[in-house]
Amino acid sequence: MSDHIRSYLDFEKPVAELDSKIDELRALAASGSDIGEEISRIEEKAGQALHDLYATLTPWQKTQVARHPQRPHCLDYIEGLIAEFTPLAGDRKFGEDEALVGGFGRFRGESICVIGQEKGASTESRLKHNFGMARPEGYRKAVRLMELADRFGIPVLSLVDTAGAYPGIGAEERGQAEAIARSTDACLSLGVPNVAVIIGEGGSGGAIAIATASRVLMLEHAIYSVISPEAASSILWRDAAKAQEAATSMKITAQDLARFGVIDSILKEPVGGAHRDPSAMIAATGEAVAQAIGELSGLDADAIRKQRRQKFLDIGRKLA
Amino acid sequence: MNWLTNVVRPKIRNILRRDTPENLWIKCPDTGQLVFYKDVEQNQFVIPGSNYHMRMGATARLKSLFDHETWFDVALPEVTADPLKFRDERRYVDRIKDARTKTGAHDAIRVGYGKLEGAGVVAAVQDFDFMGGSLGMAAGEAIVRGLELAVEKQSPFIMFAASGGARMQEGILSLMQMPRTTVGVQMLREAKQPYIVVLTNPTTGGVTASYAMLGDVQIAEPGALIGFAGARVIEQTIREKLPEGFQRAEYLKDHGMIDMVVHRHDLRATLARLCRILTKAPAAEIIAAAPAEPAPEPVVEPVEVIPPTPETVVAPAAPQA
Repeated sequence: MSDHIRSYLDFEKPVAELDSKIDELRALAASGSDIGEEISRIEEKAGQALHDLYATLTPWQKTQVARHPQRPHCLDYIEGLIAEFTPLAGDRKFGEDEALVGGFGRFRGESICVIGQEKGASTESRLKHNFGMARPEGYRKAVRLMELADRFGIPVLSLVDTAGAYPGIGAEERGQAEAIARSTDACLSLGVPNVAVIIGEGGSGGAIAIATASRVLMLEHAIYSVISPEAASSILWRDAAKAQEAATSMKITAQDLARFGVIDSILKEPVGGAHRDPSAMIAATGEAVAQAIGELSGLDADAIRKQRRQKFLDIGRKLA
Repeated sequence: MNWLTNVVRPKIRNILRRDTPENLWIKCPDTGQLVFYKDVEQNQFVIPGSNYHMRMGATARLKSLFDHETWFDVALPEVTADPLKFRDERRYVDRIKDARTKTGAHDAIRVGYGKLEGAGVVAAVQDFDFMGGSLGMAAGEAIVRGLELAVEKQSPFIMFAASGGARMQEGILSLMQMPRTTVGVQMLREAKQPYIVVLTNPTTGGVTASYAMLGDVQIAEPGALIGFAGARVIEQTIREKLPEGFQRAEYLKDHGMIDMVVHRHDLRATLARLCRILTKAPAAEIIAAAPAEPAPEPVVEPVEVIPPTPETVVAPAAPQA
């Protein structure tokens, strides 16, 4: 990530100004000026500003952080956490959909199945992965891999990061709705533990299709919603400019969702968001996933299914 | 726990005479022809001539399904009202209140238990007139409860779906109804009872992406709009015109997504036949040869008052002598 040009979100302007000042001073220091003290003073100030900013992000700001192009994506987590990762392709019915990647590998020495939406990190890879918006083939591949995992008694890790399932003619003709429904159904049928991590955007049906899990974890600044703030704004407010208000009203943050009992835990992000320290974020995610799988490891298939079903049936029944 | 509340029997309609509406005629949305409302109502809300299938309210639907137009209404769980404390241009609680006044229903789904050609079935009807039939916590609980009852009664479950999708005003909790209803479908599946879905106009969004597409048999009414993404969203995404008949029942059948398109007049017989065959019950003729149960006496007092829904606003009271 450090090779990239650092890109700032609109609301990060104060931090951006401090950072550029630090860069200028560094250049001066390199040419011999003795301003080390000044640099560390401003660095501290910039760090504090970033900390303060991220401690009080609004839901709309979180939406932007969740969609940050440099935020670690599905394949970054796979690369960081999964050894011997072996991607498997195709739904055996129609095609291969690279918006939803999946395969088997080793997580801390043990076999694991991983499925997740990949948004891509460059123009080329974004196109290849269709910006993380899966077609029916992606969800049918997910079902195929989950069934394989179930047969071999291998736990499933879902990495959720999608604006939603792809809306297109072919996707509709080949049963986008049915594919999503069957994928949710497959999640609920697993006799092995599955853990879902909302790493960026949890976009509606396209997300729940792989996020119906024994344990659902969510990154501190990720969002998870029935509809995007933009779409909610144009449908409910009939005004595309109300997305910020919609983001707040829709209660899409990890903190809101934990309160509703929709997610099981929140994974703290590095100061300034996951994109400022991807390897720390990925390592922390690995810890949390290992713990979640560990908690479920003693259960037999029936108990695992029962726990998952009951957990979802209970959602909404005990709201304050 | 007694889930079955009041028995709903045929009414002597003119006891509770509705106000005579000003508009006795309606226009066929398909052909534009004017038809006498009473003729449409008596024709199961199918326009005579054009065969356009109009939306059917929950009461009319259950009446058209159950023997002797009689069933038990299933008591549905109360849910937390307005979990998000949501408001857009208006408060969600006000929208709900309006929908309740307008339809006389508590939420978008009504569940009945009764006999279909002699055999017990549980049926759920999603009423599009109640906030677009949207799937919120109440609707989700209604479906789960209906499926649980079908398991308990060892009977098939018939779902008449109609919905614009998730109830956005309930946010993530409406999304959670997708896995929750799927849990219900799995319980019925394990009880080895048939789950039959009838897709009516329109059924879209998160509803199609969960229970409405998980039927053992998928039936659609003619011309019904069925799809995941809205036509406008797709057009904006791909920037091209959609093909003729896109997302209509017949189009879905051509693409292998549903089993059959069934005219409303043939629906009851089709559902009864499927239920009998899938539950390995004897054929209709054998059942018919057995001594029939006497029809329940129609009660004079209506057991409930159903205020007119928008589609039935134009309904005249049935002129019975």
